[in-house]
Amino acid sequence: MFVLTLFTRIVILVLAAASLNLIMGYGGMMSFGHAAYLGIGGYAVGILAQEGFGSGFLQFPVALAASAIYALVIGALSLRTRGVYFIMITLAFAQMAYYVASGLARYGGDDGLTVYKRSDFGGLINLSNRTQFYYLCLACLLGVVFLIWRIVNSRFGMVVQGLRSNEQRMQAIGFPAKRYKLVCFVISGTLCGLAGALLANNTDFVSPAVMYWTRSGDLMVMVILGGMGVLFGPVVGAVAYLLLEELLSQVTEYWALIMGPLLLLVVLFGRGGIMGLLGRLNRG
Amino acid sequence: MVRSVSNHVARSILSCDTPQPEHDLRTRMLLVVEQFLNGLQFGLLLFLLAAGLTLVFGIMDLVNLAHGSLYMMGAYFAATFVAWTGNFLLGAVLALAATLLLGIVLEFTTLRHLYGRDHLDHVLATFGLILFFNEAVRLIWGPAGLALPLPAWLTVPVAILPGIYYPAYRLAIIVVALVVALLLYLGVMRTRVGMLIRAGASNREMIGALGINIKLLYTLVFGLGAALAGLAGLMQAPILTVQIGMGENILILAFVIIVIGGIGSIRGAFLAAIFVGIIDTMGRAFLPNLLRQMLSSAAASTAAPALSSMLIYLVMAIVLVVRPEGLFPANRRFIRKRAATCSY
Repeated sequence: MFVLTLFTRIVILVLAAASLNLIMGYGGMMSFGHAAYLGIGGYAVGILAQEGFGSGFLQFPVALAASAIYALVIGALSLRTRGVYFIMITLAFAQMAYYVASGLARYGGDDGLTVYKRSDFGGLINLSNRTQFYYLCLACLLGVVFLIWRIVNSRFGMVVQGLRSNEQRMQAIGFPAKRYKLVCFVISGTLCGLAGALLANNTDFVSPAVMYWTRSGDLMVMVILGGMGVLFGPVVGAVAYLLLEELLSQVTEYWALIMGPLLLLVVLFGRGGIMGLLGRLNRG
Repeated sequence: MVRSVSNHVARSILSCDTPQPEHDLRTRMLLVVEQFLNGLQFGLLLFLLAAGLTLVFGIMDLVNLAHGSLYMMGAYFAATFVAWTGNFLLGAVLALAATLLLGIVLEFTTLRHLYGRDHLDHVLATFGLILFFNEAVRLIWGPAGLALPLPAWLTVPVAILPGIYYPAYRLAIIVVALVVALLLYLGVMRTRVGMLIRAGASNREMIGALGINIKLLYTLVFGLGAALAGLAGLMQAPILTVQIGMGENILILAFVIIVIGGIGSIRGAFLAAIFVGIIDTMGRAFLPNLLRQMLSSAAASTAAPALSSMLIYLVMAIVLVVRPEGLFPANRRFIRKRAATCSY
């Protein structure tokens, strides 16, 4: 039971990390506010459920659309900047979303919102059944990874990766750099919104804390730990990070005391993340 | 769970000084003056934090998320040393020295190896440091917050103008921060070390090639930044509870400031910090009433807290739309050149 819930959580966060990898690894856009979509997707489900719209056929499209619109606005503003400014502005916008959620007195404010009834998909699938829900999440994850694979290998994906390596040159060839990046940013945000909607169903609860900036940091760590710009990098990274967190927290209450320096070591010595390490081992 | 710092500040002031309806314009003016000073005081504290951040970024090109942890450590050191020595000033000086030392040790052991690496590496590594510091504090001082009591001579209200009283301690913060800002300005603009710092900011390789011990300079700058963060933390400590995670909220504000002010520019950080401090504090204090006059009371009480905490982020968004490099970029030519060669 506990293991199933843990793995559902891992699958959902892998989904979120995979969506971040699309813009961070392939697009070169270092978003430090990706957790905002987790919250937006979650609040879409929570708020609709509270207002009496229990149907998943309504909740999930709304969650995706809300994330897409947020990504469009944030992306249009943030993509005016680059480098460390981009990191900070995405961070600040996510904090803004966090404070907005904390101010929603009607929907629990700081304390968060309990989702009393999971999304209702009619007779199609029962989300309250843990096994069925797990397989739904897994199917979503596989679908998303497949989608990202197709995107990355499409003409669009090639352009985005080209922009990562040399934006000026791509622009000189005649590609509208910002539009391509913005579309990529919106796709990534929408996919993460899906993760948010699933996460709210998994925990039966959504609170501003899921948008807090340390959560965005967690997602970034997962992507980097696994290996940026590698299709299965975030999968490996997120599973490793979350399992490590789980294991360490069973060993000691002060698990972060070990986790922090471990991250530092990964940065200092493990370039390219776990996937990079495996690649080097393979090559001997 | 997590509240912005100035929220407490604004609230504590409002609760002790709520204007009665029969009070006239004068009371309201008093409140405005008081909130303005609170904003100035908060802004100056933010400057101390942002100055270190922007110096470290401008000179070492290092994004240090753990800067907020140094602020937190300053506050914890102060609470400990003041309780230990029984003397506020002595405790504060010891705490300042301890934070300086901690900064130097941190630079020497870990951050030094991150120079010249990708910004993303910095974010990841210093994120790890935040986890470490928060947990270490929880291990050493426990999960509950500490209080740092003020000595009696700092709690009396002072008449700043005839009939206008302001807490002595907040006034002291304003004075200390202004003096530090002035010293920082003089130090950077008028001394030899300051000259090296500025030279390092505009071309690191060149001053290394000219035979300057650049490693020592980096350690010095980082220590200075740490001490400034520690100073901000220990001065804020008596106003708020000293608690885990206190540095994280304020760190984001410091980021907003250096983005608005232009990364690497101390002058920009100073102006932007005061601007952000005043906007944030005044917004929290007066926006609810303002909204209540325009909207229904129920709608206003829902919108006001969200809107007032969003205010500075909105300001930042507007600044970035108008001037993507911030309002006072340190060296326009240099930043543009580096932006062009950046790979992301």
